[in-house]
Amino acid sequence: MGMKNLLGTAVLAAALAISGAAWAQETIRIGDINSYKSLPAHTIPYKQGAELAIEQINAKGGVLGKPLELISRDDQGKPGEAVRYAEELFSKEEVVLVSGSLFSHVGLALGAYAGQKKRIYLAAEPLADSLVWAEGNRYTFRLRPSTYMQAAMLAEAAAKSGAKRWATIAPNYAYGKDAVAAFKEVLKAKVPDVEFVGEQWPALFKIDAAAEAQALEALKPDGIYNVTFGSDLAKFVREGTLRELFKDRTVLGLLTGEPEYLDPLGAEAPVGWIVTGYPWYDIDTPAHNAFLKAYQDKYDDYPRIGSLVGYNAMLSIAAALEKAGSTDTEALVAAFKDLELDSPSGPITFRAIDHQSTMGAWVGVTAVKEGKGVMVDWTYEKGADYLPPDDVVRKLRPANGG
Amino acid sequence: MGVYLVQFLSGLASASALFLAASGLSIIFGVTRVVNFAHGSFYMLGAYFGYSLVHQLGGGALGFWVALLLASLAVGLVGLVVELVILRRLYHAPELFQLIATFGVILIVQDLAFLTWGAENLLGPRAPGLTGIVRIFGVPMPTYDLALIAIGPLVLGGLWLLFNRTRWGVLVRAATEDREMVGALGVNQSLLFTGVFVLGSMLAGLGGAIQLPKGDANLLMDFGILAEVFVVTVVGGMGSIFGAFLAAVLISELNTFGILVWPGGTLVLMFILMAVILVVRPTGLLGRPETIGQKAETGAVQVVLPAGAHYKIFVALLLALLAATPLLVDDFILVLITDILVLALFATSLHFLMSTGGLVSFGHAAFYGGGAYAAALLVTYAATPFELAVLLAPLGAGLLALIIGWFCVRLSGVYFAMLTLAFAQVAWSIVFQWSDVTNGDDGLLGIWPSPWASDSLTFYYLTLVLALAGIFLIRRVIFAPFGYGLRATRDSGLRAAAIGIDIKRQQLAAFIFAGAMAGLAGGLFAFSKGSVFPDEMSIPRSFDALLMVLLGGVESLSGPVVGAAAFTWLHDELITFEYWRLLVGLTIVALVLLFPQGLGGAARHYLGRYLKLETSPGELPSAGAGREQRA
Repeated sequence: MGMKNLLGTAVLAAALAISGAAWAQETIRIGDINSYKSLPAHTIPYKQGAELAIEQINAKGGVLGKPLELISRDDQGKPGEAVRYAEELFSKEEVVLVSGSLFSHVGLALGAYAGQKKRIYLAAEPLADSLVWAEGNRYTFRLRPSTYMQAAMLAEAAAKSGAKRWATIAPNYAYGKDAVAAFKEVLKAKVPDVEFVGEQWPALFKIDAAAEAQALEALKPDGIYNVTFGSDLAKFVREGTLRELFKDRTVLGLLTGEPEYLDPLGAEAPVGWIVTGYPWYDIDTPAHNAFLKAYQDKYDDYPRIGSLVGYNAMLSIAAALEKAGSTDTEALVAAFKDLELDSPSGPITFRAIDHQSTMGAWVGVTAVKEGKGVMVDWTYEKGADYLPPDDVVRKLRPANGG
Repeated sequence: MGVYLVQFLSGLASASALFLAASGLSIIFGVTRVVNFAHGSFYMLGAYFGYSLVHQLGGGALGFWVALLLASLAVGLVGLVVELVILRRLYHAPELFQLIATFGVILIVQDLAFLTWGAENLLGPRAPGLTGIVRIFGVPMPTYDLALIAIGPLVLGGLWLLFNRTRWGVLVRAATEDREMVGALGVNQSLLFTGVFVLGSMLAGLGGAIQLPKGDANLLMDFGILAEVFVVTVVGGMGSIFGAFLAAVLISELNTFGILVWPGGTLVLMFILMAVILVVRPTGLLGRPETIGQKAETGAVQVVLPAGAHYKIFVALLLALLAATPLLVDDFILVLITDILVLALFATSLHFLMSTGGLVSFGHAAFYGGGAYAAALLVTYAATPFELAVLLAPLGAGLLALIIGWFCVRLSGVYFAMLTLAFAQVAWSIVFQWSDVTNGDDGLLGIWPSPWASDSLTFYYLTLVLALAGIFLIRRVIFAPFGYGLRATRDSGLRAAAIGIDIKRQQLAAFIFAGAMAGLAGGLFAFSKGSVFPDEMSIPRSFDALLMVLLGGVESLSGPVVGAAAFTWLHDELITFEYWRLLVGLTIVALVLLFPQGLGGAARHYLGRYLKLETSPGELPSAGAGREQRA
């Protein structure tokens, strides 16, 4: 009896899967792989942004005379699964390229796959510098401003603040380490007599915030550079505020101003931190206003940084397809190089030298308004201004020439 | 001075929530012998219920504390449902089944929590009246921390009273000592077990709720707390509440002060402490060795039999089919079958350890990942050619198994399982954090096969040959004198020792062999994906292996192969649904309840008799090796 039920379910499942795949052949298919269940707070806005862009592009007649179709897979936050789905999307669903992903390690796995199999991967959200530098390859492109770029923006603010004794706190894994290394490098170049008095490395999502706050306090720094995020950030802000850690100190927060991280803190959001983020409520450009209105109309929700990145990713793909005039991989690679497009966050160029886009980020100061954390006094920093000089980039990217 | 005192007090405060969660787990284990992996989910639910109830009730300090207690009660109710619907049917099943079932519960709770409370982290409400600080020698200290410091010992005291001053508590203690005897004396065991399970769930829920003013409720809490709770339970001694308290304080203080001395050592320190304590005291600080009522981990023992004539024909047909597969299917299916073959080898190695050795490892992914990393590190640092790296992968994993096994085989039963889990976590944390060598979370990339083997077709054949060679080698070992010796250690330690088998050495050798074979699978995996990440060593990976073994059935030798195929297929089908975790979780629970023999076992049961898939006992070459009874 149980066996019968199981078989019935399985047949039903298979039927559903097939009926989904058989829809419309006359589309250009784009593969989308993301960690939809592991980090839904980030990936759902991403998908909504991407779907909005697809809808708008198709309403205008699509690309190359065909509508775009997004085919999504959930990688469950596992790189091995992501690679398997990439294989499936290319060989079974016949997608022209794969895009997406949030976790750096998943992005790196997909990048390595793309390089080996000579298929295009547009990394939307992963931040790891090595994605386009140390491990960069001919077939991998990246949209979002990288760890290095955002850390460099904060290092500039740090240099202006005049604080000389710095302590850092970052989750003990690749992203945290990259973020601290980049910050130190750029700040030292700008302010040679700057002093780094200590580093704290809580385990990711396992911060012992009271002890960390205490340890930082004991170092008596002038400035604190924070890379923690998510539940670690909430705990760190609480303990640090209670224990007067942030009093009379310059505090920098990487990504802290992004709605994904700032909003859950509500009225307890830190005040006076200099952060990178996305003040969607305050950006007044025609392109962004149009995006904001369309997004709110469609989803009855406000955009997060993920929404913007998802939207821009699809715009980038559409622009590359237009420029290439075909769906051929090599033509698309050529099209992506020096690809220029307009987006709600301003003009973007995919650099030929390292395949990094020049999408920028907003740098501002945190404040609490009406019980919510917001960014004030912000400026939009162009990504191109925070990348190392070309000769350095060439050294950072051994695979160059591709 | 003040700084250190405040640091010490902070440690005590974080020990409280940890103690509550861990004591619940310890009590449940002590009485029901269920290793409840869903305990982290109860902790998470406690936080979510607490969040909602505090906002519902509102109203000052009283409302806040009442809400926390109600949250604890609500989690107790969830525990009640889980016990009545699932675990009650599994008390007499092997522990592996309970484990897998609770793993299914984790998945179900994850999706239900996501559906109910949404994706965003929910910042915990502050405790009214306790939002400020006091100054201790001028150093600020949150007042809520002081409340937490009081709550731990209060609960401990309450539990002591419950277990020593009430009839129910006395019965529970008696059941911890000897379940059968308590049952024989006419005590309603199911009621007792249900009560204990609810109490344990409530404690976990309370633990999750009281940490709200210091943190938040989020969807990662369940796995987040799991490793720590298990370490506390094992270090304290499973079933001992005082031990759990002691261990919680010890570990929290170690973390708190460890940060000052070795900021980069977070995560690893705790496991090092555990390894040290378990080497000195194998059953934990206040634990007692298991004596009476110890049961088989893997279920009723049946003699495994060599393949019968029909089975050999069947296998030959299957092999021919696999060899011809590339002519029939597209590239993606080929990649999929490659994955299945790798997982089949991985599962078979675990199955060997479990069924033939009677050793249930909860951390088998350490060797799978170990092999993958051995190959990847060789390629990255020594520019080892692909062919050599694949062959050295099992060697690297075997070496790792030697080190881990040396500690683990000193223990048996659940302690052995918990220790393997802990060591797998140590291996994972080292790989995750030692980024100078392993590149940490960003993994090792560009681990591709040599050009001749890099297209899907050649790599498929290569995997087919190597994975099958591994599987047949394992099979060969089972029916070699070594395998028989291993079975002897499983079935009767005393008799095995009497005929001159060095039990620990036999088990260690089996552990190393299984590790090496998992390592071969890991090496193949690395080259098939082109990259290696710490995920391959993580707890969920170990669970994948257990699940495959369970799907295929512990009793049948071909089970893991069937299990790997079913696992991959099911996974691929279910994953396309939005709420796949819910579906997978429900499927797991259903499978455990409906097919206790696994799919392979069920198939063999229904078909095997007619198809003569194995030799009947009478045809065995060696006389007298009929159905054995367990000693």
